[in-house]
Amino acid sequence: MRYTPKDIEASSRKITRRGLILGGVQVGFMSVLALRMRHMQVDQADQYRLLAEENRINLRLLPPSRGLIFDRNGRPLATNEQNYRIVVVREDAGDVDEALARIAHFVPMSDDDMERAKREILRRSPFVPVTIADRLTWDEVAEVAVNAPALPGVTPEVGQSRAYPLSEDFAHIIGYVGPVSDYDLSKLEDPDPLLQIPRFQIGKNGVEARLEEQLRGSAGTKRIEVNAVGRVIRELDRTPGQAGANVQLTIDHGLQNFMRARLGAESAGAVVMDVKNGDLLGIASAPSFDPNKFVRGISVADYRELTENPYRPLANKTVQGTYPPGSTFKMVTALAALEDGVISPDETVYCPGFVEKGGRRFHCWRRGGHGNVDLVKSLEQSCDVYYYDIAERVGIDKIAAMARRLGLGERHDIPLPAVASGLAPDKAWKRDTRGADWVVGDTLNASIGQGFVLASPLQIAVMTARIASGRAVAPRLVKSIDGIEQAAAPAEALDISPTSLEHIRQGMFAVSNNRRGTAYRTRVVDDAMRLAGKTGTSQVRNITAAERAQGVFRNEDLPWERRDHALFVAFAPYDAPEIAVSVVVEHGGGGSTAAAPIARDIALRALYGEVPPLSAYPSDQRGQIQALFRDLPLIDVTPTPTGRTRA
Amino acid sequence: MSYLEYQQKTVPTGWRKVLHLNWALILLLAAVASVGFMMLFSVAGGSLRPWADPQIKRFIMGMGLMFFIAFVPIWFWRNMAAVAFGGSILLLLAVEFFGAVGMGAQRWIDLGFMRLQPSELTKITVVMILAAYYDWLPMEKVSRPLYVLIPAVLILLPTGLVLTQPDLGTALLLMIGGATVMFVAGVHWLYFAVVIAMGVGLIAGVFLSRGTPWQLLQDYQYRRIDTFLDPSSDPLGAGYHITQSKIALGSGGWTGRGFMQGTQSRLNFLPEKHTDFIFTTLAEEFGFIGGFSLLVLYGLIILFCLGAAIRNKDRFSSLLTVGIGMTFFLFFALNMSMVMGLAPVVGVPLPLVSYGGSAMLVLLVAFGLIQSAYVHRPRSKT
Repeated sequence: MRYTPKDIEASSRKITRRGLILGGVQVGFMSVLALRMRHMQVDQADQYRLLAEENRINLRLLPPSRGLIFDRNGRPLATNEQNYRIVVVREDAGDVDEALARIAHFVPMSDDDMERAKREILRRSPFVPVTIADRLTWDEVAEVAVNAPALPGVTPEVGQSRAYPLSEDFAHIIGYVGPVSDYDLSKLEDPDPLLQIPRFQIGKNGVEARLEEQLRGSAGTKRIEVNAVGRVIRELDRTPGQAGANVQLTIDHGLQNFMRARLGAESAGAVVMDVKNGDLLGIASAPSFDPNKFVRGISVADYRELTENPYRPLANKTVQGTYPPGSTFKMVTALAALEDGVISPDETVYCPGFVEKGGRRFHCWRRGGHGNVDLVKSLEQSCDVYYYDIAERVGIDKIAAMARRLGLGERHDIPLPAVASGLAPDKAWKRDTRGADWVVGDTLNASIGQGFVLASPLQIAVMTARIASGRAVAPRLVKSIDGIEQAAAPAEALDISPTSLEHIRQGMFAVSNNRRGTAYRTRVVDDAMRLAGKTGTSQVRNITAAERAQGVFRNEDLPWERRDHALFVAFAPYDAPEIAVSVVVEHGGGGSTAAAPIARDIALRALYGEVPPLSAYPSDQRGQIQALFRDLPLIDVTPTPTGRTRA
Repeated sequence: MSYLEYQQKTVPTGWRKVLHLNWALILLLAAVASVGFMMLFSVAGGSLRPWADPQIKRFIMGMGLMFFIAFVPIWFWRNMAAVAFGGSILLLLAVEFFGAVGMGAQRWIDLGFMRLQPSELTKITVVMILAAYYDWLPMEKVSRPLYVLIPAVLILLPTGLVLTQPDLGTALLLMIGGATVMFVAGVHWLYFAVVIAMGVGLIAGVFLSRGTPWQLLQDYQYRRIDTFLDPSSDPLGAGYHITQSKIALGSGGWTGRGFMQGTQSRLNFLPEKHTDFIFTTLAEEFGFIGGFSLLVLYGLIILFCLGAAIRNKDRFSSLLTVGIGMTFFLFFALNMSMVMGLAPVVGVPLPLVSYGGSAMLVLLVAFGLIQSAYVHRPRSKT
């Protein structure tokens, strides 16, 4: 009985008062909670909803299939091959060692491969598919697919990889693709997100690199739902990408194949160009390399072999290499003089075998001299003294201007890397770059394509095509992109009088068809296919007076890298020119012996559209030619109808 | 002999007690628990296993226990308060002891069918002993320093033991729950003002001392506080839980994303989605309407407890009911504050909803005591 009713009353009142205070605090706090909840769920709901979506949805890119590359006849030059591979998902495969051992029954795998595959699998999350074998044959993949029930967690997959069916023939033109490097990315300001895909392949060289944007296509996307550890729960939707555009080149693959085979083991370049529209029908550089090796990942040993080869197989000599054009430049000097009126075609110059200028003696290639020489004879016999004389009269600036009009010393716009601009030197150029005045000796050297003059095989082919057509034709390599013709503007007439050009053409005809012409040996006897050409032999060293006194070294006695470059340019048929050809054989010796035979075969191959008939050759050479053609490693060029080959 | 026993002839006896239970409260508890079953079913991806099924069984068992305790007269429980308190302290010590000898930190004792956490039990026994203490203490002595010191020690002893585990959430619950009983019992408000002032001073000291030679906490502890104050500063580390929790809650909107449609919980972005963070799943799937409804249910439970306490003329019953109600309030208030980013992550479950045996059983035992107090309340003779 400790409590009296009064106590109880007091206690109860206290509890009621304090209890109500407490209840007020509790309700107040619950109101705070409710307001907070309302603020988050109603006012900020959109923001949080967005964050939740970002959490859950991943965007994956679907690589588009790369555009194909065809030759002018529709023959595929760069294709996408089905690449069969085998992927393993660890959590489905069970014991990794056992799974790999089971796979090895069907697919050849070295111990190294197994070790690498195992490491890769264990490094990734258990649900991530890991590629363990690549580039399998259809048979191997089929075997794995058939045995699928015995191979849990192992799936065959198919991807695409680039292949170059005509491998070495087109290595310098098509180039090759390779995985994106950090360097590639650093060059781009706003890289395509596709490039972030691991091992995504982009063009690294040649047309593949220069037309990368067109060939690549655009990425498709798929939205997938992932959970907190990144496992894919399901695919939400997918937007297909746009495949890359197909590219058709102006090259004729049969001619290209013939050209590369004909160049053989030489370090050489050759160009065949359509004189009417500038289409490049063939641009071959030898030696070549297999671009497929680069796609697969070239071995260090193979790569070193390519870089250390003195013949520089990786270089595209036809557009990147520049050489002193030698006597093939004489047409330029002659045209400059004719147009300037300093000589007439019939005017003769006496050639004693040398001239003295500025205290130096400038020699003609024939020590005894040519006697009285007119324009046609000067070309036919390639008299140097004639050009020393007329060049001094017309001056270097006009020669340089003529050279540029004919396409020398300018960079032609074709989608190949490092297209050389060559050099058509003039007084201003020498002052600006060498800080020295132009001297008359420079003019004399330049007049015969020596000294400072430099040109690529492509440029001298363009020069020849312009002389043959009288129009400013420009080279074209890409015929169409995505079926859209990449037509060049019709070539304008050259600002050169037709009679001047005609005299030059006659001189070139004499070179290849007159008994005393420097290229008479490599004449064509089929009247419909007559060549008109010009030989060139360009020195890569100075001949000292002492050497000359002893008698000039024969090329064969010199080490390879000091021998002369052999050049030959030609157009054909003479009466109605269709093609222009240029051939440069590095350190090949004389133009008439090393370059002209190659140029003749190539020109005839281009004109006939097949291996040239022996009837086109002089009868005494037929046996030799037959043997040569028999040994050429040519591919079968049975024509494939355009459009049917699309993979 | 208290007033209550003197009046006991008016108290219902035998099976008639069933009619005098606080049925509204029981229905509210069942409703809240059902919300829990539904959410556990949802977070398991639409399956009773592994969480909803055991939870339902434990709830049924807990309800049985609650009825049993409700049928036992409240004065028996008052007399048992000291024993229960002593027992729970011993259990805490036992956990401490076995934890030291055994395998690392153990917070529970295995009873075979379930694991009992003594710290859970302590939340109730502290309230019981304090209610019994103030029932014994004459009203006029309540605010004397010596008689204030005794309950303070009764609170701080288990709090200290729990803190060493360490279990900050439970420690907080013990202190505030105990202080609430003292407050309602009539201890002078100046004591509370002084303690609160000291607490505020301590917090200020902690923050102001940062970077000075006499700083009160270690650097890593400050970093934890930083993460609490701004979870986005460390979204993948310590802030991950709270960031993901807020995203789930906020993305619910007004009406939610639909039952079992919550992406945050279904795709495992939510941590501890079946225990401490289950409220976020509810808020994500049922939106503000769902979350607010649960808050209302909790609020009604608190109000029923408060109402029962105020109307009960027995001092022990009153204080016990208020104390347990406050503990229950602290459970859900701390949990919700935590998932909404208003409080640091301290590990307090959502009462009757979160998956977990100890908390559920202890809460139902506590409500058994409230029911007993309600059934056996003194009634005026009519």
